[in-house]
Amino acid sequence: MPEVPEGNPPAPVPEKAPAPAAAINKPVPAPWDCALVQQLKNAFGSGICDAGSFAGQNYLVVDRSVCHDVLRNLYEVSGYTSLTDETAVHYPKDALPFEMVWILFSMAANERVRVKARFADGEEVPTVTDLWVGANWMEREAYDMFGIRFTGHPDLRRILMPEDWTGYPLRKDYDSHKQDTDWVQKNLGIESGQ
Amino acid sequence: MSDNQFYDSLPEIEPGHTTFLDSNELVLNMGPQHPSTHGVLRVILKLDGEKVNDLECVIGYLHRGIEKIGENRTWAQFGPFVDRLDYTAAVSNSLGYCLAVEKLLGVEVPKRGQYLRVILTELCRLASHQVWLGTHVLDIGAVTPLFYAFRDREDILNVFEKYCGARLTTHAFRIGGCRYDAYAGFAEEILHICDDLGPKIDEYKDLITGNRIWLQRTKNVGYISAEDCIAFGITGPVLRGSGIEWDLRKKQPYSSYEDFEFDVPIGTAGDTFDRYVVRVEEMRQSIRIIRQAVEGLMEGPIIAKVPKVIKPPVGEVYVSIEAPKGELGYFLVSDGSAQPYRVRVRPPSFINLQALTKMAKGSLVADVVAIIGTLDIVLGEVDR
Repeated sequence: MPEVPEGNPPAPVPEKAPAPAAAINKPVPAPWDCALVQQLKNAFGSGICDAGSFAGQNYLVVDRSVCHDVLRNLYEVSGYTSLTDETAVHYPKDALPFEMVWILFSMAANERVRVKARFADGEEVPTVTDLWVGANWMEREAYDMFGIRFTGHPDLRRILMPEDWTGYPLRKDYDSHKQDTDWVQKNLGIESGQ
Repeated sequence: MSDNQFYDSLPEIEPGHTTFLDSNELVLNMGPQHPSTHGVLRVILKLDGEKVNDLECVIGYLHRGIEKIGENRTWAQFGPFVDRLDYTAAVSNSLGYCLAVEKLLGVEVPKRGQYLRVILTELCRLASHQVWLGTHVLDIGAVTPLFYAFRDREDILNVFEKYCGARLTTHAFRIGGCRYDAYAGFAEEILHICDDLGPKIDEYKDLITGNRIWLQRTKNVGYISAEDCIAFGITGPVLRGSGIEWDLRKKQPYSSYEDFEFDVPIGTAGDTFDRYVVRVEEMRQSIRIIRQAVEGLMEGPIIAKVPKVIKPPVGEVYVSIEAPKGELGYFLVSDGSAQPYRVRVRPPSFINLQALTKMAKGSLVADVVAIIGTLDIVLGEVDR
């Protein structure tokens, strides 16, 4: 018979065992330069705005006009055959408020690279479903949560929220208590979901 | 109108010219309340007889806005929320989140903390695979293994309960290490579970593997090729079942996984049966890892010194771990404040579920149930 613990979970370990040295190595951004970056810079020139590394992770900031070509190049030339994730970040105060993030992965080299590009509100982002079919739902989610539209996406509909919901929940100006009151009243028959 | 009158009133049907009933396609809703969808997944099936012509997944019934919640909590406060993603493997979720914040902070967890994390995460993998095994086999029609699997899972949940007071949503780890040290008798109890579980896995295999019905329901069902897996971004046992030896614990070790010896089981056929074999074999490997970690558990601190108010530097990281379902990733953006600017969870179930259409097209409707089971999805993670 396994023993049933009595009352509260075991008491937390008191201060007696603090970590000794293990100092915090605060990560700092560093420039990233390698053959891959050089090859991309040669191919796209000023389209590659920045190549950096933070906490040992490499990222590229590219201009939105060449973002699809850069991704295609990484896929076809450099062997980044997997798209791990595609998402967006909203910076409402910036002139180009939406940052798209593609996290690519090369199984052969065991390396990841993040590609980032900024877009204006309402501007369409080229889809990458032509390169990776798995981007389909990720882009639907980005559309659902941020209202970013993707050019050439085969089936751009909401995915997690109800289809007739208004508003994009992950935008920074969408308050965490906000809701589509009309939708809630019509579909749930209650005054408010809060 | 009598029955005879009704039949007489129907139009004459000329051979080859069916007009009153189009028998070609039937649209059938499976779920969201259906026991074999493992939660609230709705699948719209387009059927030709029993053959699946097309299907579409409708998800979002369990959407709670975890990512939005993350932006409105402090870094530490968000810890318990991630347990609610994949609620059959809460410890794994917790590990992934803590590792990501630690990466952002530049904190290294003391060795004992890392080993404790490995022990609990692997126990959690066992428990998660037991839930998968029991329910997957039940979906296909075998009832007994469910009881065996849940009986054995109980021992593991008891360990969690003793360790941190909770059985399912454990919140086992904290940013910087572990909150609780091993309780008295921890090592003995876990080694005892390891000794016990080996023969019990044999028992599962005796019940299932040789069963002719099981073989017919799983062999060559839900095939997916390695190329398709990569195109879809599929990870975890599904990817390994298609013959790709890929395990983040081996390829990009975290939390001291490089200290342990274990194999990465792979399949060849890419069908439901091979994925079953892979997962059962993974359970054995987990036992191996746990044994080594318990035996190698050293003295020392379990948590690193982390400031009371966590304010990571401005920047962003993507950290992923090999969760029981596949690659679980956290993409965190920090603006230097006490709250995350953006928390993105890359859930393995969400990405893997996308392939359901590809895998089930052209199969029989009963196979859809088997394929949903073999993908091992948890809707808490799909919908977040």
